[in-house]
Amino acid sequence: MSDTLHVTIKVNDRSVALDVPLTETLLTSLRDRLQLTGAKRGCNQGVCGACTVMLDGVAVRACLSLTANCEGQSVLTIEGAGADRAIAALQDAFIEAGALQCGFCTPGQLIAARALLEQNPDPSVEDVQKGMSGNLCRCTGYNKIIDAVRTAAGKLQA
Amino acid sequence: MSAPSESVGRRVPRLESREKVEGRAQYIADLYRPGMLHGAILQSPFPHARIRGYDLAEALAMPGVHAVVTGDDFAEPNRMGAFIKDEHALAKDKVRYVGEPVAAVAADTEAIARAAAQAIRVDYQELPALLSPEEALASPVHIHEGVEQYFKVFDAGSQGNLCSRTEFTEGDIERGFLESDLVFENHFETQAQAHVALEPCGALAEVDPQGRLTIWSANQSVFRVQACVAEALGIPMTRIRCLTPRIGGAFGNKMEPHVQPIAAALALKAKRPVKMILSREEDFEMVRARHPFRIRIRTGVKRDGTFVAREVEVLLDCGAFADDSPGVLGFGLLCARGPYRFPHVRCHGRLVYTNKLRFGAYRGFGNPQVSLAGESQIDDIAEKLGMDPIELRLKNILRGDDRPLGGQILTSNGLRECVERVRDASGWGKGAPSPAAPGKKRALGFALCGHISGLLASGAIVRILEDGTVVLNVGANDIGQGSDTVLSQICADALKIPLENVAFVSPDTDGSPYNWGTTASRVTFMTGRAVVGAAAEAEKQLKQQASEMLECAVEDLELVAGGAVAVKGVPEKKIGFFEIAKRSHWFAGGPIIGSHSWVYDNPTVDPKRAAAIGLPFPRIGAYSFSAIVVDVEVDEVTGAAQVKRAWSACDVGRAINPLLVEGQIEGGVVQGIGFALIEEMVWDGARLANPTLMDYKIPTTREAPYELYPIIVESRDAQGPFGAKGVGEVGLVPVPAAIGNAVKRATGVRLFKLPFSAERILRGMLGTQQ
Repeated sequence: MSDTLHVTIKVNDRSVALDVPLTETLLTSLRDRLQLTGAKRGCNQGVCGACTVMLDGVAVRACLSLTANCEGQSVLTIEGAGADRAIAALQDAFIEAGALQCGFCTPGQLIAARALLEQNPDPSVEDVQKGMSGNLCRCTGYNKIIDAVRTAAGKLQA
Repeated sequence: MSAPSESVGRRVPRLESREKVEGRAQYIADLYRPGMLHGAILQSPFPHARIRGYDLAEALAMPGVHAVVTGDDFAEPNRMGAFIKDEHALAKDKVRYVGEPVAAVAADTEAIARAAAQAIRVDYQELPALLSPEEALASPVHIHEGVEQYFKVFDAGSQGNLCSRTEFTEGDIERGFLESDLVFENHFETQAQAHVALEPCGALAEVDPQGRLTIWSANQSVFRVQACVAEALGIPMTRIRCLTPRIGGAFGNKMEPHVQPIAAALALKAKRPVKMILSREEDFEMVRARHPFRIRIRTGVKRDGTFVAREVEVLLDCGAFADDSPGVLGFGLLCARGPYRFPHVRCHGRLVYTNKLRFGAYRGFGNPQVSLAGESQIDDIAEKLGMDPIELRLKNILRGDDRPLGGQILTSNGLRECVERVRDASGWGKGAPSPAAPGKKRALGFALCGHISGLLASGAIVRILEDGTVVLNVGANDIGQGSDTVLSQICADALKIPLENVAFVSPDTDGSPYNWGTTASRVTFMTGRAVVGAAAEAEKQLKQQASEMLECAVEDLELVAGGAVAVKGVPEKKIGFFEIAKRSHWFAGGPIIGSHSWVYDNPTVDPKRAAAIGLPFPRIGAYSFSAIVVDVEVDEVTGAAQVKRAWSACDVGRAINPLLVEGQIEGGVVQGIGFALIEEMVWDGARLANPTLMDYKIPTTREAPYELYPIIVESRDAQGPFGAKGVGEVGLVPVPAAIGNAVKRATGVRLFKLPFSAERILRGMLGTQQ
């Protein structure tokens, strides 16, 4: 139906060559072509934040990003994020604080939190509320997420 | 239990945390099978229409299409339904709401499947649409022809568009009102709320080499899925095996079927695995939602504040299929008197079919709606009597050994403590909190509730492996709330072994003992008790082995920490599970398998105390309680209300895992805030107008109060495992009423209709309330 484009992107530090339709989203490429299912499809319209990934160091909604536009760019998903010091601290803090329940939004929350900490290494409660307001969670009521982000921030600064 | 607890009471992070934070947890959409096809549905464009025929030619001719199913693929008697069997897996002969699945396609890709579904032509003959219960009750047009003949599991009284009716009476309601000094009557209305589990519903079905179906799905009970698919396809349950991946949240929406039978039919027809994941819009339009209630409530009191009589009448929009609605009606009515000592009660209501999506189970199961009415009215009664609303409630709440509606026995009651704890923590009675800025009004509001956690059946199997470690198998899905962890803690503690020595089996209808479902706040209480029973049986076998090995009487033995059996008072004379397991597997006695199963059997009503008509569940109970104070600020210019702080105390019997209990309370309160203030499914005629997260807002970090204090009250229930009761729903139930009461105290405006939107509050303050 639509033309395909040959795209080379770096995904979790590995170079990947894909032939994708021009309309294919990064989320579809990650999930269906690369079997990287850590980024979740919650709404497919950029509202819920469950598909948040890093694209050249910026947190983006993979469901709103077209793979065809990502030529030469670098994608970091939750699967490749374990080596990242901030993500590792956030993962530990989320576990200890009980900041996850069903876990469906968690990969997106972690990536969004990492992006927040990069801009603001010592966020107040209000800073986290503002910075993470685009990542929906239906289980936790958010407070344990906020606590976890601030705990991780403290550990990373220490 | 003499030794200190190894696991119970500890703040153990959920066992599957690591896989979840590393993105390795697999939900239904993350599963792939060799040769797997993708499924998509075609939805009805009409609220009510006869299906005269299908033209499938174009869809079937599309490259990559492997199978198409329609209502013709489901035989007439094969209808599903927990209470009333009124629903085919796909619309058959008729469509009954906009969005109802009419046909489905399996194709090589999701894009092809979706395109092919849209290429199916259906010949419809439109029928009058009945979009409200009042309209449906008055209409000669029937949404289900022959509902009277449908199979039902209780005396539903179905007739025409009346799906079911229920009534509870206790005492003499007329005399009660005559004996009252003051009688209050109000009408309340609640809206439809969407569940919005972050994971949309989906299923993956395949036919195994034996020809049996294997079904993975987003679900709250593998056994309900198995039963419903068997009903929908008209095949025995032995031909169906249901499994569960991780579940991305479920609040009642995944308890009954969604697309599992459709995916199964496609897999059978295509002879290939078929995965079908709903889009967010489809999930909104066709899964299920919280019932809109219309409530008339009448309460009679003495001048000193003693409650005398309460009558509650409700009218529920059922939507197009009964689903769990008869249960919601019955349970809502059971809860409508509130946990109070009313000698005279009459609660009655009707459930009416309409041409909307089916309404069904949703966290609270009717209780939040009736609690809004009851708890709002009690605040107004207190105001009229010049009493503090908390004092008025303390005067009337159920005491320790009181009998709730119908004469049930309370085996624990921490309600008073819940009330006192939130009262004291919030500074209630010490003056209203100061508004943060000019132009704001601010006040505290209070409400309370009771809710059950005991019903239906659960089982557990505890097996001791060759090396003395343990496998726990219960068939209960963890839907994110943490039951895998809690049940493992119970098992570890019962056997005095480290938590890491317990392996938890993912539910599997082929191998797990029956569990009705993860719903109704029941897993910790019901399945937890089955685990205690199974562990006790394993302990008996362990001790029998040990008595033969140590050459002493069984009665002289006890479990000691670390996985061993020792002679009482002689801890050094012990034998480990490892040695016992070796002996049992290879020498004497056989592998140790402890099992236990039970069904909740306390009657819902004692016929000597109460009369019930159309009772959908004859045996439920085990009450948890909660009380909440919210601190709400209202903007005088916009009318917007914001919850600044909240204190929620929940009587959970015993917190097996306080970290997870807090999670249930916090998440429940915030979901309740969404219900109270911002969430509403809106219909434009027959069509849902806001089936997206862009248009249907749920609370974000901005709406959730950071100062939300969960308070755990432990009343130690004699029937519960280690004293525990349920906590899944009590946190949410009283939230809308508490917020409404705070708005009233802040602004003087009583709102009778949810949600308490900025517009409604502003109109109230301006005196233009409709």
